[in-house]
Amino acid sequence: MSKRRTERLLSVVVLLLSSRRYLTAEEIRAAVRGYPDEHEAFKRMFERDKEELRELGIPLETGVNNALDEEPGYRIKKQDYELPEIRLEADEAAVLGIASRVWQSAALAGAAAGALLKLKAAAPPGSDQDDDKQSLGIEPRLSTQEPAFGPLWEAVRDHRPVTFDHVASGRSNATRRELEPWGVVNWRGRWYVAGHDRARNAPRVFRLNRITGPVKMAGPAGSVTVPPDADVRELVKSWNVSPARDHVAVLKVRTGAGLGLRRWASEVTPDETEGWDRVTVSFADVPWYADHLASFGPDVMVLEPPDLREAVIRRLKGILA
Amino acid sequence: MVTSAERLRRLLALVPYVVSRKVVSLSEAATAFDMTERELIDDLNLAWCVELKSPEPYCPIDLSYEGGEITVSQAESIARPLRLAADEASALLVALRMLAEIPADGSAVGRLIAKIEGAAGASAAASSQVMIQVDSRSVRGLAAKVSTALGAGKRLHLRHYNHGRDETTERDVDPMRLLVVEGRTYLEGWCRRAEGVRLFRLDRVLDLDVLDVPAEVPAEAEQKDVDAGLFRPSESDERVELELAADARWVAEYWPCESVTEAGEGRLRVVLRTPDTRWVRRLALRLGEDARVLAPAALADEVRAAAAEALALYT
Repeated sequence: MSKRRTERLLSVVVLLLSSRRYLTAEEIRAAVRGYPDEHEAFKRMFERDKEELRELGIPLETGVNNALDEEPGYRIKKQDYELPEIRLEADEAAVLGIASRVWQSAALAGAAAGALLKLKAAAPPGSDQDDDKQSLGIEPRLSTQEPAFGPLWEAVRDHRPVTFDHVASGRSNATRRELEPWGVVNWRGRWYVAGHDRARNAPRVFRLNRITGPVKMAGPAGSVTVPPDADVRELVKSWNVSPARDHVAVLKVRTGAGLGLRRWASEVTPDETEGWDRVTVSFADVPWYADHLASFGPDVMVLEPPDLREAVIRRLKGILA
Repeated sequence: MVTSAERLRRLLALVPYVVSRKVVSLSEAATAFDMTERELIDDLNLAWCVELKSPEPYCPIDLSYEGGEITVSQAESIARPLRLAADEASALLVALRMLAEIPADGSAVGRLIAKIEGAAGASAAASSQVMIQVDSRSVRGLAAKVSTALGAGKRLHLRHYNHGRDETTERDVDPMRLLVVEGRTYLEGWCRRAEGVRLFRLDRVLDLDVLDVPAEVPAEAEQKDVDAGLFRPSESDERVELELAADARWVAEYWPCESVTEAGEGRLRVVLRTPDTRWVRRLALRLGEDARVLAPAALADEVRAAAAEALALYT
């Protein structure tokens, strides 16, 4: 079944590519093997075939040969169909191989593999056959475990608005969002979508793994306009910005320990107690820093400020409670 | 089982692939298209069988694979590959722009981006709406040094901070690859101190020098299978079970867990595997009352003892 279908689709492609004029559905049926005689059945099958060809990216054009034609016909323009001339040097072919592996097992893996085949087919590489299998000592990977990635990429690509349920950080219940997506960003390993939030009437950033349930298209293709000054990368970056380290703490840190703290120290002097240092360090906010300090256990003690000292003591007591 | 659309896509690349090379062996083409020779022959037969009935019957595609060598003598109008679809152009361009941010030798990445943008035309537009940001500027400096050492085949000396153990070590490492996974850059290399393949997260490398000593990666050094996950738990790892309060649920997102189960009232019960429990001890101390170590019992005792000892400092 599948074989006959492939054969039929291939025949349509070859037929329309070699015809200079538009061919009507009837003319196509007359030329291509495998279409049924019955009119309705043919129409249904031909509709499905057209859709499938368009999904593959085949530029199937509709039009009439002259103003008197009553029925529109179809053709595929060669210059729209063909990949333009592209010839890769050996080092470019090697880089292409690395790039095609980046999405390995992720959402765009199939697309990357398809592109690689087309480029390989366009021309033989400059030298070795296995250029694209070389490693060059670098192996980057992108993963897309979030199910929201696929539909959001399609929405961004086709300029369509979307709706989805989203659980904000620190909340347990989801809220429905309607977003005009401007772009998808992977910021240090995590996926975000940024765009115009219709209900809030403002730019917003959402982390993909906090989107629950399906992402639904909320409008036709082309109905989203990305403002020319929208800087999606900057939006996600500012969403992720670390707060300023504008507080100062004085700590007692065991000699040789607390290396992660000492990186931020402005001053380290020996403490009066043998085996301890006194470390002056800047930090951003009390709750987060108290967690961090508690993780060092008996290697770190807070001298100043009192609220940080109390917060660390509370954490430690919490463990013994 | 491939769908008829996928098979058509493959055929429309296979024919030009042979045409551009004039003659290709069955085995080479099968490897290039990641299919068996049997499947390849089926595809070739299918193309060869295409027959158009009107105006006069004719066969637009003529090819042969006699003696295991494929040649295409006629390929009416499908001698060139189909242009790149938006998804295809974007998959490559996004990956290439990510590569361009990682310092590596040569200008090939830039040249290839320009060529693909040129060939893809309008299909390339959507690719600029996906952006990848890997690590920070300081890490890129270190990656550049690693890349230099890789290119020149030199050994590296580095000082590395282990966050979980709160300790710094110095090592000589013979570099094998730079890996970029989950937005972080790692040096994969043969660690002469551990006598094994090790990964070093570059944002935890404090200093790094390229030594004027040739790198000697032993033959038994095996590269990590990047696609299987960098940190795969092994059977010999310790099994750690934690109960997390609602405020500590992020732990399950942050570390790979063997199992995650809801324990009511927003609480989670997670099982982790790790070769070294010191980082779990630090994690439990950080989480305070928001986490309980359920197993192993020795680790739970250790956490409580550390908390008690730390509290005693304040009395």
